[in-house]
Amino acid sequence: MELTAHDIITWMKKTNEKIQSNKEHLTSLDQAVGDGDHGINMARGFKEVVVKLEDTSYESVSDALKDTAMTLMSKVGGAAGPLYGTAFLKLSTSLKGKSADYTHFLNGLEESLAGLKQRGKSQEGEKTLIDVWSPVIEKMKESDDFDASLLKHTAGDSMEKTKDIKATKGRASYLGDRSIGHLDPGSVSSFYVFEALAETIEGGR
Amino acid sequence: MKKIVNNPEYVVRDMLEGLIAAHPDSLKQIPETTVVASKDAPLQNKVGIVSGGGSGHEPAHAGYIGDGMLDAAVCGEMFTSPTPDQVFEGIKAADGGAGVFLVIKNYTGDVMNFDMAAELAEAEGIEVEKIVVNDDVAVEDSSFTTGRRGIAGTIFVHKIAGAKAAAGGSLQEVKNIAEKVTANVRSMGVALTPCTVPAAGKPSFVLEDDEMEIGIGIHGEPGIERKRVTSADEIAEELTNKVLEDIEFNTGDDVALIVNGMGATPEMELYILNKKVNEILLERGLNIHKTFVGNYMTSLEMSGCSVTLLKLDEEMKPLLDAESSAPAFRI
Repeated sequence: MELTAHDIITWMKKTNEKIQSNKEHLTSLDQAVGDGDHGINMARGFKEVVVKLEDTSYESVSDALKDTAMTLMSKVGGAAGPLYGTAFLKLSTSLKGKSADYTHFLNGLEESLAGLKQRGKSQEGEKTLIDVWSPVIEKMKESDDFDASLLKHTAGDSMEKTKDIKATKGRASYLGDRSIGHLDPGSVSSFYVFEALAETIEGGR
Repeated sequence: MKKIVNNPEYVVRDMLEGLIAAHPDSLKQIPETTVVASKDAPLQNKVGIVSGGGSGHEPAHAGYIGDGMLDAAVCGEMFTSPTPDQVFEGIKAADGGAGVFLVIKNYTGDVMNFDMAAELAEAEGIEVEKIVVNDDVAVEDSSFTTGRRGIAGTIFVHKIAGAKAAAGGSLQEVKNIAEKVTANVRSMGVALTPCTVPAAGKPSFVLEDDEMEIGIGIHGEPGIERKRVTSADEIAEELTNKVLEDIEFNTGDDVALIVNGMGATPEMELYILNKKVNEILLERGLNIHKTFVGNYMTSLEMSGCSVTLLKLDEEMKPLLDAESSAPAFRI
């Protein structure tokens, strides 16, 4: 299977729907461990992404992802803006001039993960969105084509696991041991991103 | 939620219009942005000083724009770092050819967004340097956290770096003095009641009627201990002693003090607190060079306060005393 620019738009629309309907959930998760703005910021950013993507016609996956990245970077703010912006920008750059087949797309996601680590000066196991992106990508490497159910389950399980991690990065790190038992809000929004990708794949074109 | 707002999503936009309307002679808004700049900015051959962060901390940061302090402030959404493109607009607004200095409070989002903006500016040939202020002693400074938060001590960095730039200091000299201030400034706060972000509609945390949170962050982030509210003297002791423990103060040292309100605490209570803070500092043999009591770095309608101490030297003293026309810090 190969993703098209149209699929990217579907992916972002589905992500937006999930973020909008879970805006309060994300905010209350963030109020427990951070500053309580994650839902509000992500909802504002993805709403703008959908507006931007619907207003433009795209020849390539890379261009649609680039506009996604630039919109998130300029509309989300906080830590999530630069992180999600960087992730989608790296994916866009990696897919420039290429078809979004499984191998190219997976390579792109690896670039995204490297970008997240570099921008956030963070690694796996620090209770950040990296704890969803990294295991999802690792699992995808074991497959040779898009597998919606694998994607959904890995992202879901990884998100749940952030509950047990003690935060050492981001604002939740100030809580130390008290951060244990709470889901990481960034990992939850990343779960929505991958769940939306899985649904896009399931829906085909 | 009872608040004087229109649409909660437009609070920042509405506030900025009102701010400019209140200071038409000294401030301007850069069109299509959330950047507020000095009416005269950019000043040719002066290092531009830019700060900013989430909104909800007023008068920080736009209230500190003026001669001898900031050239521009970038206002993010409520408690949310401004985005790289906005910070970049702030840098351009302050760039008079001698470089631009960024004052950033140590929060993951702020650091990332300002870093990205600095990269954009450098790509356009604007020289940028920065300081990340981390004065909050309430949180552990270790490799297991993001490091200490930046709170009210940031005002002293604005003031002294701003005075250095106004006196003709180079970008490197401004950076050096900002590093010195940051190394010598410490703060700690307490909250008695939480605050409500308009778009969230409910308080960011819950404190019982008789509870306070020691070491609170300026966005309502948890502190180190939750306990029963004590007297003003005991609160003053707890905050001041924690600050005094953190760096070495010697008898005869000159210090500058901020007794900062979090937004909803009456000045009366801040003065009551200041009375005891003064006693403690004098008992320690410190010389209080200057005291500032008021709302400098707030957290919406949170009630509570913070105590900031800056250990001064002969280089910092005249820069702190130098003239400033900033509406929220007139000297």
